Amino acid sequence: MSVQLLVDFGSTYTKLTAVDLEAEKLIGTSRAMTTIRTDVNEGFQVALEKLRKAHPEMGEIDAVSACSSAAGGLKMAAIGLVEELTAEAAKRACLGAGALVEHVFSHHLGKKEIKTLKQADIDIILLAGGTDGGNKECILHNAKQLAEAGLDVPIIVAGNKDAADEVAQIFQKTDIEHYIVDNVMPKLQKLHVEPAKDVIRQIFITKIIEGKGIKQAEEKIGEFIMPTPEAVLQAAELLSKGYEEMEGYGDLVVLDIGGATTDVHTIGEGVPKRAEVILKGLQEPFAKRTVEGDLGVRHSANALLSLVSPYEFRQYYENGEQEADEDYIEKSVKKRHEEIGYLPDTDEEREFDHALARICTDYSMSRHVGQVEVVYTPLGNMYYQTGKDLTDIQYVIGTGGILINAEDPKGILHEVEHKSSKKLELRPTDCDFLIDEQYIMHAMGLLAQKHPRLALKLMKRHLV
Amino acid sequence: MHTVVIGVIGADVHAVGNKIIEHVLTEKGFDVVNIGVLSSQEDFINAAIETDAEAILVSSLYGHGEMDCKYFKENCVEAGLSHVKLYVGGNIVVGKQDFKEVEQRFKKMGFDRVYPPGADIEQAAEDLKGDLSK
Repeated sequence: MSVQLLVDFGSTYTKLTAVDLEAEKLIGTSRAMTTIRTDVNEGFQVALEKLRKAHPEMGEIDAVSACSSAAGGLKMAAIGLVEELTAEAAKRACLGAGALVEHVFSHHLGKKEIKTLKQADIDIILLAGGTDGGNKECILHNAKQLAEAGLDVPIIVAGNKDAADEVAQIFQKTDIEHYIVDNVMPKLQKLHVEPAKDVIRQIFITKIIEGKGIKQAEEKIGEFIMPTPEAVLQAAELLSKGYEEMEGYGDLVVLDIGGATTDVHTIGEGVPKRAEVILKGLQEPFAKRTVEGDLGVRHSANALLSLVSPYEFRQYYENGEQEADEDYIEKSVKKRHEEIGYLPDTDEEREFDHALARICTDYSMSRHVGQVEVVYTPLGNMYYQTGKDLTDIQYVIGTGGILINAEDPKGILHEVEHKSSKKLELRPTDCDFLIDEQYIMHAMGLLAQKHPRLALKLMKRHLV
Repeated sequence: MHTVVIGVIGADVHAVGNKIIEHVLTEKGFDVVNIGVLSSQEDFINAAIETDAEAILVSSLYGHGEMDCKYFKENCVEAGLSHVKLYVGGNIVVGKQDFKEVEQRFKKMGFDRVYPPGADIEQAAEDLKGDLSK
C-alpha cells in the first residue's frame, strides 16, 4: 500500500483525504476544526487520528501535499487602466489563481485608493494597465503612487511591457518586493493570465502561508501547493479535458457553496452557439472562476438579506409558500452569521438552509454566466453576447458542505438552469447533476499534480 | 508606429469594409486595433485608452451613423482623449444628401476628417499619416 495524504487547511475545517496509489482507490476522508490560532498541526493531528481510527488498515503515509484557504484565504487587490479591460483582466488572473479579490481599481490611483489599500488586509497586489505598446503613463503613475505609499505587500506587475523596465526602476528604489511578468492583456481583449497566476501561486507558497501561521505545518506534512480554490479549478479542468486516452466529461460547471463565499467554476470556451450572436468584451478564460463574497450560507448569510426581499426569499423554499415571515428570516440568518459552525437540527432549519443554498446557487450563476442583449438592426435582430454561453453544458457538479449534506442536493442545483424570468442569461438548459459526495474535489486537484490519471479515475468514480 | 482604433459603430454589422480597412492600414505600417462590428462609442474609447491610440476611425454603412456618432467627441474629451484624431466614413447619413453639408455637420460634431461613400481608403491612410506626423 502506498498512501498519499491530501490536506486542505480550510477556514473552518482541516480536511484530510487518503488515497491508496497502488490499489488506485480512495481510502477515506476525515476532518477536524482548523486550529489556526494556536498551532495548525493540532487540528491536523486530530483529523489524522480520526482517519486512522476509521481506517486501521491504512499503512504508513508516503507523501502528503496540502492546499489552504485558512485565515481568510489569499486576498488580493487588482489594479488596471480601463475597468472593463485591464482591470478586469487583472481581476480574472487573481480569481484564476484562487484568490479573493478584495479591491479592484481602474485608471489613476489617488490618495483615497492608496489609503484603502493601506488599510486593507491584502496579501498581494496585481498591477496591470495598457496593452503591450499601449498606454504607459497610467501604470507608471500607479507604480509611483504604490512606491510612495510604502506598502508592505508584494506587487506583481503585469501591464504594458514597454513600461516594465521603468516600473521595475520605480520599485527598485524602494524595498517593495516586486515581480515583473507578462501583460495580462497584451492585445486588446486578449487575456494572458498564466504567467501572473504562476507568480501568485509562488508567492502564496513561499510567503503567505507563513504569514498566516500555516507554514509550521509544512515540516510535518510536506509541501503546500496552492490555494484551495485553485485546486478545485484544476480538478475541474482535468475532469473536463480528460487525460491521455481517458476521456473527460467535456464542458462543465462546478458550484462550491461555502459558508462565506460561493465559487462558480466553468470549464469550456462558452462561445456563441448561433450565427446571429456576436461575442463582445474581454476574452473569457477557458477555466473560469468567479467568487461571490456576499453569497454564503453562514458567515455571509446576512448579506443575502440585502439581495432578496422576504417575498423573494419564500420563493426559494422547496414547496413555494412557507410561513417564513420577515422576522423569522432575519433571526435565522443572524444565527447563521454569528455561529458559523451551526448545524441545523430540525426540518424547518434544514429547509431554511436549503433555501439559502438555492439563493446562492441562483445568484452566483446569474453573475457568472454570459448574457445576450438584443440589437435591432436593419438586417433583423442581432445579439451581443458578453461572457460565456453555458446553454450546452453537460455536467453541473456540486460541492461544499451544504450541498453534500443536503437530502436533495440536485434539487438545489436545479437553480442553475435556464429560467423564464432570466431569459437573457445563457444558463445551462439540459444538464446532468453530480455531487461531490466524498468532498474530494480539492484533494483531486492536489493529487492531479503528480497522478492525474488516478485523480481523474477517482473523480469519475466518486462524483455521483 | 502609429496605433489606430478602427471599428463599425452602432447596430451595424457590415464586416467586409472593416476588414479591408484593417488590411490596408496594416500594410501601410499602422498598428491597427480592430474592435469589429456592433461597437459602441464606449468600446472605441476604451480601446483607444488601453492601446494609447492616436486616432479613431469610425465606419458606418447602414445610415444611422449620425445618431451613433452624437457626442462622440465630447465623450472622448471626457475620457481624456481630446488629442486623439477622429475620422468617420461610409454611408453615414440617412438617404442621399449633399456630401459637403454632411461633412460640415460631422466636422461640427468634432470629427477631423469625414469620408463619403466609396472613398478610397488609401487616401485616408495618406491623410492619417499626414495628420499624425504634425
